Amino acid sequence: MQVGDEIEPLRVIPDKYLTVRYAGASGDFNPIHIDEEFARDVGLPGKILHGLYTMAQVARAHTDAGGGPHSLKRLSVQFRGMGVPESELTVTGTVSDVRDDGITVVDCGCEQDGKRIIRAGEAHLRP
Amino acid sequence: MAVNTDVIGKTFPGATYAVGREKIREYAKVVGESNPLHFDVDSARAAGYDDVVAPPMFAVVYSLAAVWPVLFDEEIGIDFARMVHGGQEFAWGPLVVAGDEITTTVSVKDVYERAGNGFFLFETVSRNGRDEAVSTGLWTNIVRAA
Repeated sequence: MQVGDEIEPLRVIPDKYLTVRYAGASGDFNPIHIDEEFARDVGLPGKILHGLYTMAQVARAHTDAGGGPHSLKRLSVQFRGMGVPESELTVTGTVSDVRDDGITVVDCGCEQDGKRIIRAGEAHLRP
Repeated sequence: MAVNTDVIGKTFPGATYAVGREKIREYAKVVGESNPLHFDVDSARAAGYDDVVAPPMFAVVYSLAAVWPVLFDEEIGIDFARMVHGGQEFAWGPLVVAGDEITTTVSVKDVYERAGNGFFLFETVSRNGRDEAVSTGLWTNIVRAA
């Protein structure tokens, strides 16, 4: 990969019950992710995605691009706004640097409904 | 909100998580992985791993047991109902496979207030049974102004 190259965009639509399955898989049962009524009561539009689920999609786009799970050395993201189920997530990334030590740096993020819900993402891929 | 900066540097006892094969498969399926390394023992062994391989973000699963008590630590004083996850960083070492036992320690990296919001930065360091650092995490939690 060279500076300016884009990684293959990753698109996924988390279904209505994804947050319940992710809660079970991850151990994060915060009710804002799994209880529609509770989420509305605390002023949210409804159940929201776990930020770390969305980050896992960003990670997956990079391990796919890098050729496997070993390729991801580092990933940092900022969460902005909220992701929701039943609407497509799109992960994109552009190579910003290929370092002398062989690490490829990718500026990345995740968008949903025109909003960037993960921004200022930076991934480091091993050769 | 007033934050207690005395807790900067506070460390917490490690929590150990035993990584199971079916847990890796469950997690990998939920997040949409399709690489056979995460599901099929023979594929993982053919690639040189002892067992099925955890996706990098599985770090959340083995770290959370250590992070939860910190979020509810009275001295740190996070108002959980007002907390949002502001940012996350992981750096990874050797891959985690089924059968590993991962011990995670947590420390308070920084606590500060900005524009009325409280910022709480926690660092996790997770090590496998060979004392290799399999991941380090920086967790940024923001407690919104009341």
